[in-house]
Amino acid sequence: MSIQENCTVRENQALGSNIFALTIAAPRITALAQPGQFVHITCGEANLLRRPISICQAHDGLLKIIFVVKGEGTRWLSQRCAGDVLDIVGPAGHGFDMTRLGHRPVFIGGGIGVPPMLQTMQAAKAGGAEPTAILGFRNMDAVILEDDFKAVGNTYVTTDDGSYGIHGFVSDVFKQHISEYTAVCCCGPKPMLRALAAIAEEAGIPCQVSMEERMGCGIGACLVCVCSLKSKDGDTRYGHVCKDGPVFDAKEVQW
Amino acid sequence: MADLRVNVCGVELKNPVTTASGTFGFGHEYADFYDLSKLGGIGAKGLTPEAQLGNPAPRIAETPMGILNCVGLQNPGVDRFIEDEIPFLRQFDTKIIANVSGHTVEEYVGIVEKISDADIDLIEMNISCPNVKCGGLTFGTQPKMVEEVVSAAKAVAKKPLIVKLTPNVTDIAEIARAAVSAGADGLSLINTLLGMRIDVESRRPVLSNIMGGLSGPAVFPVAVRMVYQVHQAVDVPIIGMGGIRTGRDIVEMMLAGASAVAIGTACIADPMAPMKALQEFEEFLDSHGIASAAELTGALQL
Repeated sequence: MSIQENCTVRENQALGSNIFALTIAAPRITALAQPGQFVHITCGEANLLRRPISICQAHDGLLKIIFVVKGEGTRWLSQRCAGDVLDIVGPAGHGFDMTRLGHRPVFIGGGIGVPPMLQTMQAAKAGGAEPTAILGFRNMDAVILEDDFKAVGNTYVTTDDGSYGIHGFVSDVFKQHISEYTAVCCCGPKPMLRALAAIAEEAGIPCQVSMEERMGCGIGACLVCVCSLKSKDGDTRYGHVCKDGPVFDAKEVQW
Repeated sequence: MADLRVNVCGVELKNPVTTASGTFGFGHEYADFYDLSKLGGIGAKGLTPEAQLGNPAPRIAETPMGILNCVGLQNPGVDRFIEDEIPFLRQFDTKIIANVSGHTVEEYVGIVEKISDADIDLIEMNISCPNVKCGGLTFGTQPKMVEEVVSAAKAVAKKPLIVKLTPNVTDIAEIARAAVSAGADGLSLINTLLGMRIDVESRRPVLSNIMGGLSGPAVFPVAVRMVYQVHQAVDVPIIGMGGIRTGRDIVEMMLAGASAVAIGTACIADPMAPMKALQEFEEFLDSHGIASAAELTGALQL
């Protein structure tokens, strides 16, 4: 269940070019947040719709979100300072099913899909698992949160251009080490998710994917953020990313 | 404290604030945020005779102070609404406005007949759908087609029939007169304005369906103008909608001629929007010494 909360910004940190981390006091939303959920934030009077942003961390009443500036809404958000108040609805959506991870889950993030995997990996570790992370970035300048992930468990970093870490894609690393893993959770661009889902299916391990779509209300009422899913009889049915997702079982998704 | 009650086609609403069909689902999601009994009425998601899947993503694009959508009437079908959703909505002390559509006159007649026997208060008939027997021409754009479909539906309607008008016409008053002469008990307007956006990088339409319906504060002046014109042309209650966000917007829409209003896109932006607007509306009445909300309807001074 989502609630509306007026939340005070504690800190705004620039993580790189166009990437920002906001730490926000949100005691009520934080108390309800599960790994893989998102928050829906009003971004100034000039932008009508809220912006959905995944939760990177939620503990001790503090919410941490990391986002890339893509348009006017996220630009407004990137200009917030300590003390500013944000109108936030959350925690929204259906997060990762933490009961399906087994003992050695792997958490894979691509680009701005990396932040939600941190809270998820931490929760898995707290639950007694031995988690691994595979994080993919465009290049060295885009690398974020590496130390935070390394503090939780074994972490591989890849870059598309080889300017940092392993030269290649997260799917290469995943495939190479597939026999070590009991399950995979991932968030990132759709082609990446599709590739990971295919590798997981071949290996016969559960795969949960966090999807993205243009969103309206963020609570499941307006029905705009559809994701094509397989129905029982093989036809297409629509799930809604904001309410049925953002996390889906990869086997359900019509890739 | 002002008397907030208004009357729409013989049905008393506890206040003039209803929700616009298509922005409110069947109420479940918003019931987490506030007591739906505080609403004057709930405009439920538009229904068709059979379940409809709707259009693929992307179904939404943000525009300056508005949104474009092409949901495509995704809904579970009228039978599921009657079976599953009415019992949920009836838990709340508010009026249920069922919104129905069809693709042929026969489909409209069938769905209006069926919903008439269900436990709802008002029927809102969406005539912004393409008429498959007339090459996909929208029912609500031709006075003759409006008369045909409304009179056929009215013949089987056992609840007040409110016809929801499309603004994508040359003369809204002419369409309103056609609907009323065919038996419409009330009118609601405006539906969305047809619009389009193009991604200049990819050179492709932003929406999957190429075009979509524009709503939100951007269309409010158009809605006020059309409600005004329709109120001048016909003598039936009007539910005014199109970009309403604040209490003052409600006052403005009622001055133009609306008996009640529907809040739509604002709900999508802020789940609490109808409650905030209602509170502002009440404060406006009290601060201006207006004893009854109903006094505002058509009270425009020229």
